[in-house]
Amino acid sequence: MEQTLTQYPKFTPEMKKTHKILIPNMAPVQFRILAAVMEQAGYTCELLENCGSQVSELGLKYVHNDTCYPALLVIGQFLDALGSGRYDLDHTALIITQTGGGCRASNYIHLLRKALVKAGYPQVPVVSLNFSGLEKDSGFPVTLPLLRKFLAVIYYGDLLVALRAQTEPYETERGAAEACQEKWLDTICGWIRDDKGWSNREVKAAMPRIAADFAAIPVRRVPKVKVGVVGEIYVKYSPLGNNDLERFLASQDCEVNLPGLMGFVQYCAYNPSETARLYGGTFLEKHVSDWILKYIEGMESVMIRVLKNYGYHAPLPFRELIKLTDGVIGIGDKMGEGWLLTAEMIELVRAGYENIVCAQPFGCLPNHICGKGMINKIRELYPEANITPIDYDPSATRVNQENRIKLMLAVGRERLAERQAAAPAAAVERPERFVPAKRREKAAHAMV
Amino acid sequence: MKVGLDVGSTTIKCVVLDDANKIVYSTYERHFSHILEKSGELLRRVAAEHVPGGKAAFAISGSAGMGMAEGVGVPFVQEVFATRVAAGRLAPGTDCIIELGGEDAKILFLTGGIEVRMNGSCAGGTGAFIDQMATLLKMSAGEMDEAAARAEKTYTIASRCGVFAKSDVQPLINQGARCEDISASIYQAVVNQTIAGLAQGRPIRGNILYLGGPLTFSRCLRESFDRTLGVKGVCPEDSLLFVALGAAFYSDQDFDLNEVCRRLEDRGASETYRSQPPLFESREEYNAFTARHAKASVPRASFGPDYAAPVHIGIDSGSTTVKLAVIDQEARLLFTDYRPNLGNPVPLIRETLERLYEEHPALHVASVTTTGYGEELAKNAFHADYGVVETVAHFTAARYFLPNVDFIIDIGGQDMKCFKIEDGAISNIFLNEACSSGCGSFLQTFAQALGYDVREFAKLGLFAGRPVDLGSRCTVFMNSSVKQAQKDGATVENISAGLSISVVKNAIYKVIRAASPEELGRNVVVQGGTFYNEAVLRAFEKEMGLEVIRPDVAGLMGAYGAALYGKGKALPDQTSALLDRKSLAAFSQETESRVCGLCGNNCQLTVNTFGDGGTFISGNRCDRPVTGKADSGERNLYAYKRKLILEYKPIPGKRGKIGLPLCLNFWELLPFWHAFFTKLGFAVYHSPLSSRDLYLNGQGTIPSDTACFPAKLAHGHIRFLSKLGLDAIFYPCMTYNIDEGLGDNHYNCPVVAYYPEVIAGNCPEVKGTKFIYDYVGLHRPKDFAKKIFAILRQYFPDLTRGEVKEAADAAYAEYTHHMSLVRKEGERIINQARGSGRRIIVLAGRPYHVDPEINHGIDTLITRSGAAVVTEDSISNRVERFSTTVLNQWTYHSRLYAAAKYCCSQPDMDLVQLVSFGCGVDAITTDETQSILQAGGKLYTQLKIDEITNLGAVRIRLRSLFAALDEQDDKQEEA
Repeated sequence: MEQTLTQYPKFTPEMKKTHKILIPNMAPVQFRILAAVMEQAGYTCELLENCGSQVSELGLKYVHNDTCYPALLVIGQFLDALGSGRYDLDHTALIITQTGGGCRASNYIHLLRKALVKAGYPQVPVVSLNFSGLEKDSGFPVTLPLLRKFLAVIYYGDLLVALRAQTEPYETERGAAEACQEKWLDTICGWIRDDKGWSNREVKAAMPRIAADFAAIPVRRVPKVKVGVVGEIYVKYSPLGNNDLERFLASQDCEVNLPGLMGFVQYCAYNPSETARLYGGTFLEKHVSDWILKYIEGMESVMIRVLKNYGYHAPLPFRELIKLTDGVIGIGDKMGEGWLLTAEMIELVRAGYENIVCAQPFGCLPNHICGKGMINKIRELYPEANITPIDYDPSATRVNQENRIKLMLAVGRERLAERQAAAPAAAVERPERFVPAKRREKAAHAMV
Repeated sequence: MKVGLDVGSTTIKCVVLDDANKIVYSTYERHFSHILEKSGELLRRVAAEHVPGGKAAFAISGSAGMGMAEGVGVPFVQEVFATRVAAGRLAPGTDCIIELGGEDAKILFLTGGIEVRMNGSCAGGTGAFIDQMATLLKMSAGEMDEAAARAEKTYTIASRCGVFAKSDVQPLINQGARCEDISASIYQAVVNQTIAGLAQGRPIRGNILYLGGPLTFSRCLRESFDRTLGVKGVCPEDSLLFVALGAAFYSDQDFDLNEVCRRLEDRGASETYRSQPPLFESREEYNAFTARHAKASVPRASFGPDYAAPVHIGIDSGSTTVKLAVIDQEARLLFTDYRPNLGNPVPLIRETLERLYEEHPALHVASVTTTGYGEELAKNAFHADYGVVETVAHFTAARYFLPNVDFIIDIGGQDMKCFKIEDGAISNIFLNEACSSGCGSFLQTFAQALGYDVREFAKLGLFAGRPVDLGSRCTVFMNSSVKQAQKDGATVENISAGLSISVVKNAIYKVIRAASPEELGRNVVVQGGTFYNEAVLRAFEKEMGLEVIRPDVAGLMGAYGAALYGKGKALPDQTSALLDRKSLAAFSQETESRVCGLCGNNCQLTVNTFGDGGTFISGNRCDRPVTGKADSGERNLYAYKRKLILEYKPIPGKRGKIGLPLCLNFWELLPFWHAFFTKLGFAVYHSPLSSRDLYLNGQGTIPSDTACFPAKLAHGHIRFLSKLGLDAIFYPCMTYNIDEGLGDNHYNCPVVAYYPEVIAGNCPEVKGTKFIYDYVGLHRPKDFAKKIFAILRQYFPDLTRGEVKEAADAAYAEYTHHMSLVRKEGERIINQARGSGRRIIVLAGRPYHVDPEINHGIDTLITRSGAAVVTEDSISNRVERFSTTVLNQWTYHSRLYAAAKYCCSQPDMDLVQLVSFGCGVDAITTDETQSILQAGGKLYTQLKIDEITNLGAVRIRLRSLFAALDEQDDKQEEA
C-alpha cells in the first residue's frame, strides 16, 4: 500500500497530447480565462462546474474530516467528476495549486493522491501548479511567456469582477452588468485562444475599452451598504465554498468588494525576499521578489488608472497595501493569506467598505492569527470597522452563516442611515463612487 | 397596532403593542420544532383575539425566523439588532446585554462603541445545553436551579460545547458526585463559555441586562454571572420578550395577519429540504429484515428458584445504563438486567444482586467480573473477582457469538466503540472523540425535545418517505441542521429517519473514517443499546451495503462478555469473593468529595467509603492518595523534561528583568533563550507550569475560540508575566523551526509561528510593557546573531554586536546540551525498561504536550500502569530521513514520523499520539503516522486532548491497547 502511495503516476510531457486536465473552480471569472491560456498552450482542459451535496460528501468520505473545508471540496469535486462517467479515466489528469507555505494547503496534493488511490483512480496523474520548485517531476512547466499570460489574465479577471461588482447593484436594467461581463469574458478568452491580447501594450489598450463599456450601463447611484469580503482564498472566491456568499450579499442589497486575485499572487511573489531579509539569504534571494513585483506593477498601474479614470473605486497598489500592515501585523506572517488578509481588511475599511465578512474554513490555522486575531486591533485603529468572521465547513448551516452576516448588515445599514441623516442632501446628490477618497481622509484623521 | 414575532431555536414569542407601544398581549411557548404550524396558529389567534381587523404593522425576528420571514414576504429583523432596539427603549442606560437563548449566546456592548457578539458555530447552544445536562441529571431545569443553590463547590466542566461537557458530567455522576455541586458547575461552565467565547478581551461592566430563557428562569445562573463578572446585573420584566418587542418596535409595514398565515401554510406544504432514500421501500422488506434479525439469539437456560450450579456474573456499569448478565457453565444466559443509570450505579447493582440472592437461595456464584465506566467502583464496592476493559468484554461476547467476527461496532448511550479484529486479536480500536459522541443519548435528547419517547420516535422514521439529509458531523451542528430542515418543512418522521441515518454516517465516516465497507470486514457484529433501534440498524446495513449480525442481547454484550471473561478466568470449583447475602444486606456507601492536597496538582478526589470499611478513590492523577507514596517519575521522560525546564531560574544581571512565557514552542526553546538573555545580563523569568487558574485568568482575551488549547494558554502566561514588573517580555514570531534534516522543510505550524501577533493584538496587558515579538529564525545560526542584534538594539541600545554574538553561541550550545540530556535520559529509561521487561510507550506529541495542564497527566497514567514513557524527540534522531506520503514540512511532525518509523523496528516499543483538539495540522499527521505504524505491524493509538479531557476514555484506550498487546505477545509465545 505504501509503495503505491509513494509511487504515484507522474504527469509526463507526452501527456500534454493525450490527457485532458481538469481544473477545480476557485475563482469562476479568473479561472475561465486561465483555462483559455492553457488551451492556447496546447493543453486540453476543462474547468469543473459540478457542485451539489455529493461533492462535499465524497470529500468527507475520502479525506480526513478535520482537514480544511477547501481540501474536502476540491478533492470531492475531482472525485465527483471522475465518477461521473464523462471522462476517459486513462486520459484524464488533475491540476492543483501548491504554495509550499507552512499551512496545511501545501499538503492538498498529497491528500488528493491518497484519495485517488482510495477511491479507485490510481492511474490519474496530478499536476502541481506551483512556483516554489515543488514536485519537479509532476509539475506544470511554467514558462516565462506562460507566466506573462497568467498575469495578464488575472488582471483582466480582477478588472471584470471589480467593474461588475461596482455596477450591478446600481444598474437600472437588471442583468446589464452581468451580460457585459459575460460578453467581455468571451471576447478575452477568444483573444487568448488566438494568442492575442496579453501583451502589456494590448492590455493597456483593452482595459479602457472594457471600463468604458461598463461605465455606459445606465445606473442610479443610491447609497448602499458596502461590504468587503476577505478570507482564506478558496472560500473567499468559490461559490461552492462560501455558499454563494456574493449572491447572498447582492440579494441583501449591498455593494460587494472582493479584493482581486492579483494581490495574492503579488503576496506570494513578495514573501521569498522578505523571508531572506528577515532571516538571512543571498543577494538574489533578497531582491528577486522586487524584480518580479516591478514587472507586475506595470500592469497593476494600468488597471488602477483605468478604474479611477472611469470613476470606479480602485484597489491600492500592492506597495501601498504592504504599508497598511504597519503597527498591526508583521509582514513575516506569510502562512496562508497571512499579512495580506489583514492588509486587505484595513484597505477595505479605509476605502469605505467598512462592513467586512472574514471568511475561513472551520479551524483555519493561519486565520486564527491574521483574521480573527487581528480584528480587535483593526477595530481599535478604525472604530468604524464592522467585521464578522464566518466559518465554513460541510455541516455549518447556511442559516447560521446568513444570520451572522445579517447582523453585520443591520449595523451597517443603521450607520448608513445615520450618515445620511447627518448630511442628507450631500450624500444623495454626490455620486457614490467619489466617497471612498473622501473617507480615506477621514480614516487618516481617525488614526492621528 | 404593532405585532412582533420572535421564532427562536426552541421557543416562539409574540407581542402585540397598542399605538402607545404598550403591551396588549404577549406569549412565550415552546414550539417543539413545529415552527410553521405553531407560528401560523399563533398568528391566527393573535389576529382573531387581539388585533381588531387582523391588520397590524408586523415584523419577524429570531434565529429560526429568517427563512420563514423571507418566504412569506415579511420584514426580518436580525435578533440581536431587535434586542438592541428594545433595550434602547425599555432599559436606557444599559451598558451591556447578556442574552442566552435556546442555542445562541450573545453579548451586546452598547456604550463605548456598539458591538455585538454571537457564539461561533462550534459553541453549543446554552439553553439547549442546560436542558441536555438537566436530562442527564434527571432533573427539570427548575429543579436544577434549586439544586445549584445548595451547592457547596464547583467542579471543572468543559464549557466549549455540550458534548464535551457531557463527557465531564457523566463521570462525575458515575463517581457519585453530588447533584447540587454538578448543577452549580454546569451554570459556571455556561458563564465561562459566554465570557471566554464572546467577550474576547472586552471587559463587561456597568449596567448589565440579562435576557433570554435560561437567565430569566435560573437565579443561580444569574448569580454565577454576577459573581464571575463582579457586577450586579438586572433581569428586567419581559426579559423573554425583548426580541419580539424589538421586532414590533421596528415594524413599519402593515400586513393582514390572516393572509400571512395562509402564506405560511402554503409554505409548509412545499418540502424543499435535501433528502435521501427511505429506509424501507415496503412492508415486505421490513418484515424480511425483522425475521432475519430474529434469528440472531443467544442460547438461554431456565433459572429456577432451586438453581444451584455455578454461575458467572458480568456487570457492565456503563455511562447511562447498568447491565448485568448471569450465565451458566455452558455460557447459556440465565438472567439479564438492563436499567438506566440514575447517576449512581452502586445501589442499582446492589438491588439486582440482592434480588438474585433472594430468588435463588442456592445460588453459587463462581465469578463476578465488572466492566464499563464504573468498572472499578463496582469491583471495589462488591468485591468482584475481575475487572476487564470494556472493549475486551465486548470482543469476548462478539467472538463467542460469531467466531470469525472481523469487525465490531458498539453504539451505546454516550460512546461508540469499534474494533477491527485480525488473527483473533483486536488490531485497531476506534473510540469516538469527544466531539462526535452523542450517539444514543443524542437521539434520546432529540426525541424528548420534539416531545416523543425515544422508541416511539425511532419507529416514526422506519417508513418515512424522504429522510432528511443531515450530514455526518457533531451533534451541535446537527441541531442547527435539524432546525433548518424543519424550517424547510420536513416532517418529524423524516427528521427521525434522518437522525438515525446521521448517527450511522457519523460512526462510519467520522469515527471509523472508512472509505468503503470492504475496509471494515465482512463479518460484522453490531451491538450496544442504540442498535435495538431498527432505524439505526437498517441505516447501518444500507450504508455498509451488507447484512450484519445484531445479537438479541445487543445492549447487554458488555455484561455478557464480562461474564464470559470471568468464566474463562475462573478455576474449577471457584467461589467468587462477591459480598455474601449478609454483607450485601449491610452494605452502605458514602460519597465524599475533597481536595487531595498531597501535591501541587490539588486533584479533586471523590472518595467512596463502603460499609465494610473499604474505600474507593477516583479523580486522582497519581497513586499518592491511595498508596501514600509520591511518583518518582523514574520511568517518565515527560517528568524529566518538566524537571529540566523548571530548573532554569533567573540569575540577576545588569540589564534588568526579561520574561519568557512557558507556552507552545518555549517548552523546547526556553533553554536557548534563557542562556541567551542570561549571557546578555538579563535576569530571565519564565511563567510557571500552566494551571486551570492561569488559563481562566487569560481566557478573556482569546479572539478565536476554535484555536487549540495550548495556544489559548498563552494568554494566561502573558498575563502572569505582565504582573511580575518586568522590563520586557520576549515572545518572538518564528516562521521556521530548527532544521533537523528529517523533512522536506522545517516550518512551525501557523499557530506556533505567529501566536505572538495574536498576543500583541489582543492582550491589553502587554501595552504597558516592552513586548518584543519580532520575527526571528534559529534555523540559520550565522544570520541569527546579526539579525537578533538588529532587533534587540531597538529596545536595548547599549547592546554590542560582540556581546550578542557570544550570547548566541551560548544559546545554541545550551539548546544542544538540553536536547542531548533529553536523549540521554530517554536512552536510560529505555534500557531500564528493557532490563525489567516493561513496555515502552512513545507518548508522541509536541514539546508543549509536556505541560501537565495540556496532557492532563496522561504520562503518569501510563507509568502507573507499569509501562515506561519516552518522548518523540528522544528517539527521532535514531532514523535516517525517509520519504513520506505527505509533505513533511513541520519540524515537530517530522520528529513524530521518525519516532513512528523507529518504533516499527523495536518489538517492545509502541507509539501513542497526543493530538490537541483543533490542531488542523494533525488532520494530516494522524493519517500518516497511522500508515507508518501499520506498515510496520504496529497498533496505532491516538488520544485527542482538549481544555478538559475525560481520562476515563483515555484509560479505556490505553488499557485496550495493553490488552491487545498482551494478546499479541501471548500468541507469539504460543507460536
